[in-house]
Amino acid sequence: MALTGLDIFKLLPKTNCKECKQPTCLAFAMKLAQGQAKLDDCPHVSDEAKAALSEAAAPPILGVTVGNGESEFKIGEELVLFRHEKRFINPTAMAVLIKDTMADDELNALLDQAEKDSWERVGQHLGIKLLAVKCESGDTGKFTDVLKKVSDASKLALMPMTEDPEIMSAAVDAVGDSHPLLYAATMENVDAMAGLAKEKGLPLVLKGTDIQTLAELSEKVKAMGIEDLVLDPGTRELRKTLEAMVAMRRGALNKKFKPFGHPTITFPCEETDDTYFEGALAGIYVAKYSDIVVTSTPDAWMQYPLQVEIQNIYTDPQKPMAVDAKFYEIGTPGPDSPVLVTTNFSLTYFIVSGEIEASKVDAWLGIVDSEGQSVLTAWAAGKFVPDVIAKFINTSGIAEKVNHRKLVIPGYVAQISGELDEELPDWEILIGPREAADISAYIRQLVAA
Amino acid sequence: MAFEMPTETTESKIREVSLGTGDVKVGGENVLPFYLFDGQMPNRPLIAVEVCDDNPQGWPPAVMEPLADVISDPVVWAKKAQDEWGADLIALRLKSTDPKGDDKSAEEAAQTAKSVVEAVDVPVIVYGAEDVEKDGEVLKAVATATEGKNVLLGPAVEDNFKTIGAASLGYKQSVVAKTPIDVNLAKQLNVLLSNLGVDVGSIIIDPTTGALGYGLEYSYSVMERLKIAALQQDDGMTQMPLIADVGWESWKAKEAKAPASEFPEWGDESRRGVFWEIITASCLLMAGANIVMMRHPDAIKTVRKVIDSLM
Repeated sequence: MALTGLDIFKLLPKTNCKECKQPTCLAFAMKLAQGQAKLDDCPHVSDEAKAALSEAAAPPILGVTVGNGESEFKIGEELVLFRHEKRFINPTAMAVLIKDTMADDELNALLDQAEKDSWERVGQHLGIKLLAVKCESGDTGKFTDVLKKVSDASKLALMPMTEDPEIMSAAVDAVGDSHPLLYAATMENVDAMAGLAKEKGLPLVLKGTDIQTLAELSEKVKAMGIEDLVLDPGTRELRKTLEAMVAMRRGALNKKFKPFGHPTITFPCEETDDTYFEGALAGIYVAKYSDIVVTSTPDAWMQYPLQVEIQNIYTDPQKPMAVDAKFYEIGTPGPDSPVLVTTNFSLTYFIVSGEIEASKVDAWLGIVDSEGQSVLTAWAAGKFVPDVIAKFINTSGIAEKVNHRKLVIPGYVAQISGELDEELPDWEILIGPREAADISAYIRQLVAA
Repeated sequence: MAFEMPTETTESKIREVSLGTGDVKVGGENVLPFYLFDGQMPNRPLIAVEVCDDNPQGWPPAVMEPLADVISDPVVWAKKAQDEWGADLIALRLKSTDPKGDDKSAEEAAQTAKSVVEAVDVPVIVYGAEDVEKDGEVLKAVATATEGKNVLLGPAVEDNFKTIGAASLGYKQSVVAKTPIDVNLAKQLNVLLSNLGVDVGSIIIDPTTGALGYGLEYSYSVMERLKIAALQQDDGMTQMPLIADVGWESWKAKEAKAPASEFPEWGDESRRGVFWEIITASCLLMAGANIVMMRHPDAIKTVRKVIDSLM
């Protein structure tokens, strides 16, 4: 948590020497707190103050990067407990479990599906980030063969899973170039496993049996100078995992408890055999602070909804999501199909397009750039007003695509129809419904008329 | 050093609201949802199974199939929901009264509501067609027909709360107050209802549900903020239990309905919609929903398992 200006002021020399180019030490402290000045600008600050301030400036939860090149992703660096306070920063990475005992065709099918798990939604690319390859066989050769096969076949990052440091060492020899996340160091193998991670410069998961043993393990590994860590509390049931996730996030943010100042990982795949329930657990851990969530299946029916949840939960609450401004084809519209316009707030787009789809009427839906604001807000802010809409219509090329000149505007901006008429003299302005729920009936009536 | 779990305790709690005439209660917790390491949650969140009175058409096969033998009869549907799917509550939706649809009379709908209330042992929620004017008329008739049964009537909104509030007050019912995803608007409607004489202990807040992909994050955060205001700021007008309209909203999502033949990249359509409903419900339970209204039997079963595992 950042220090306030007053906290910083207490650590300054309080001489008001002005050498930092600020009138007083207090003013300098305020600038520092806002990130508008650097501590180095003060020539007289003590070493103790420097240490205290850099300590306070350190992020409460460190970031960890896994993979490299195309497969690279970053987790951690979270600053809040509730998304409305600021926003959640680095989206949860979904992982799928692979066992080295899987039959070839099963493995191939899984890799094929994991590759297909790739979606575009509201201008963002969504997909699985990590393949967790577990050594079930206990056989080094078999494990490294599967790892190599997975590595060759997939562009995703890897997480080799074994608690045997010798097998892990072989795994690192096989796929270490891809910057894999090593799973896992435990109290039993910590010296060798952490030593390996340190030597190879690879990120490492620490696995406890509960949050207490995890805290001890984390302190021990941090004392070895390793900070590239991911935490697994080892709990494998919902209530305990939830408690561990909350404890760690609170510990890191509210108590500045350094051993928990790292991203976390959960294993719905090891908590149940019921796939719907497993998916629900994954959904809960996405919302409650898990930075990596490992599931048993790459099936799209589970992974796509989870990706949409991650997108929802990690959206910046201050910044509405916007879709691209252009004409969208709903169904297969032709020259006689109705033409509607609305704003580019993603929810407005989704709901309006959904209602038009439900009507089974093919239509052209024009999305005007309103900086992601909804209809009324955008109108009030001057972003969804006659000249903006007219410019959009005139530059969109819609006039060449339809042989009529009827334009439907949202009922909430009925008041602009007169002015829009003047801006678009060739077009007849029709006033649509106020509520999206009424669009379906409206549009059916429109084409029937 | 040993880690000491930082717990957060509070003197404030969510009001406990009685539903029906038996001993079913909702709310009463002094913690954020399922944070049993901080305090107590004396009543489990409840699953209200959605029942419609208009023989719904056009729902996707994944949800039509398990409902096929009950969908045309709200009483049969409600009984099956109670007896086979373990409904904690029945949420009867009087869609037949929609002026844009069948436009059935308030009296007819009230008779349906009465039949359902009499057919089941669990408490009943009765929602109108969410037509501001008609709902007032319909819910007043329902309140009269089910007098004394402590039905949860709703949703009362800014433009019809007087009619619905008065009906609930006059005929000893409870009321759902619905506002569009905003803490202050939710508080204001509760103030207006209580000024009318409605007991604040009989109000449930519906802060408006956005399904997964369709505004879930807004509902999620407004629920979290209402709970935080209730517990950490002891704000009496936010201390009502919360309800989420999960089934209705989830199954409206294109991704829940679309056939895999059109969108193969979204996967098995027989499971995708069910899971859309499961994720919407699970997230909103974690955000603070005390009642989730749900539709698909498999989604209901899974969400019950979630609640069981968290309590």
